[in-house]
Amino acid sequence: MIVAEAPQPGSILEQVEASQARSRTSFRLKFAGVWVVLIGALLLGLWLTGNIDTSFIAEWGPFILLGAPITILLSVVSIILATGLAIIGAIARLSRNPYINGVASLYVSLVRGTPLLVQIFFIYFALPQFGIRLPSLLAGIIALSFNYGAYMTEIFRAGIQAVPRGQREAAQALGMPEGMVMRRIVLPQAFRIVTPAIGNDFVAMIKDSALVSTIAVQELLWRADTVGTRFFRTLETLLIAAAVYWVLTIVFSYFQERLERRMARGDR
Amino acid sequence: MTGQRTMEPVRHPVTARHLGDVVARAVGVEKYYGRNHVLRGVDLEVRRGEAVMMIGRSGSGKTTFLRCINFLEEPTVGSIEIDGVRVDADPLHARSKAHLEQIRQIRIRSGMVFQEFNLFPHMSVLQNLIQAPVKVLGVAQHEAVARAEEYLAKVGLSEKRDEYPARLSGGQKQRVAIARALCMEPKVLLFDEPTSALDPELIGEVLNVMEGLAHEGATMIVVTHEMHFAREAADRVVFLEEGRIVEEGPPEKILNDPDDERTRQFLRRFLTE
Repeated sequence: MIVAEAPQPGSILEQVEASQARSRTSFRLKFAGVWVVLIGALLLGLWLTGNIDTSFIAEWGPFILLGAPITILLSVVSIILATGLAIIGAIARLSRNPYINGVASLYVSLVRGTPLLVQIFFIYFALPQFGIRLPSLLAGIIALSFNYGAYMTEIFRAGIQAVPRGQREAAQALGMPEGMVMRRIVLPQAFRIVTPAIGNDFVAMIKDSALVSTIAVQELLWRADTVGTRFFRTLETLLIAAAVYWVLTIVFSYFQERLERRMARGDR
Repeated sequence: MTGQRTMEPVRHPVTARHLGDVVARAVGVEKYYGRNHVLRGVDLEVRRGEAVMMIGRSGSGKTTFLRCINFLEEPTVGSIEIDGVRVDADPLHARSKAHLEQIRQIRIRSGMVFQEFNLFPHMSVLQNLIQAPVKVLGVAQHEAVARAEEYLAKVGLSEKRDEYPARLSGGQKQRVAIARALCMEPKVLLFDEPTSALDPELIGEVLNVMEGLAHEGATMIVVTHEMHFAREAADRVVFLEEGRIVEEGPPEKILNDPDDERTRQFLRRFLTE
């Protein structure tokens, strides 16, 4: 272990460290300044044109904000289901069984090859023709899960393949049967590899969940749109919705970054 | 059998007295990669307590042969027997349930130490050691832990019990890997160039552990380039070339005064390098 020594006062090492600290601080200040100035200018501009009705925002803001929990619920439940689907899908895509592999690859191809909006409409508007009538929230969750499950299948597949072959061999050499090798050795390591990608998908999911406003799920955008068109105040309501989506993604990205840093620090 | 074997390997009698019955036997092992004939009929019998070192230039087939013993590579022809469990190569049904289960029985009875350690990075040292005994052999947790601690002490790493592999040096990782193999109490240990991925100053600690095992009577088959180690720890040295055993015998004989010109050539080149 090499122990770092504290630099002598006035030494060149101390001067270098002080200079590096100064430039770091200066960078951060300027960086934050850009955000504050630009956002301030935007808000000020909107304010000065006189187009913003603040009393309207005060009156209907809370109603729109209540869409946020629904958006979060929708996204969280869907990402969990999608992750489950993706694990199954990835194992199936790596299977030597041509039937299982074929079904999984058809699923991925079909879902990735059609628009999410079409899938949402299909589940909500077309399934009733087969006698399957789903509440809009459930339909939205199913559509988002299936859609993201397909994309994440490919992510997980790559993650599983990225686990070094020696890991599998070591487990096999210890006499572990194949299922155990996958469950205890390969998948836990694949999970670490794909965590950043899943985080990105979750952020994307928060925003894509706006699409289910088209089937009357009363989430953020649906509320903003309904109120906005009713009172001809779409600028205000869309601004609120956009701000909430933005805040949600920032908050989540912050936690994601922390999680990733913790995992990187861990035991790899 | 291929029938194209040109020359019977020169076999010197094993003189050591401490050896027991045959615990591992490979008969007529051949391996093709595509049409590449990398093992051309290898026979090997290893007796209880015997340390066999396999030497030969890279590409001679020694690592492939070692990996055929526990079926990490499915031999194309031949059979492997460990502790009374015999499995015939079956490349046509390599993925069948029955065959995989037979292979597993071979693997449970053998332990392998890899060049690249292959410790499980998401588990602590202790978890690495007890995983297979508990989940594969069904050993009780507390017993597996006791066993793990015993073998960790043997490789001199008791204090690393709760560390994660990333915090260990290469030499420590390999010693943990040896302990992990020992925890299964295998009938034979397979070492695949266990020091080749190590920095030179870390090789000694691993070889010391292995030498200790050899002297305690562990049965082992070691693929190695460490001639000095082979001289010290081997009961028998086997020289492979082009997928065949060319010559085998006690280390003094094979390493000092081999009969076969190819062995001599290999040693000359190797020792001058």
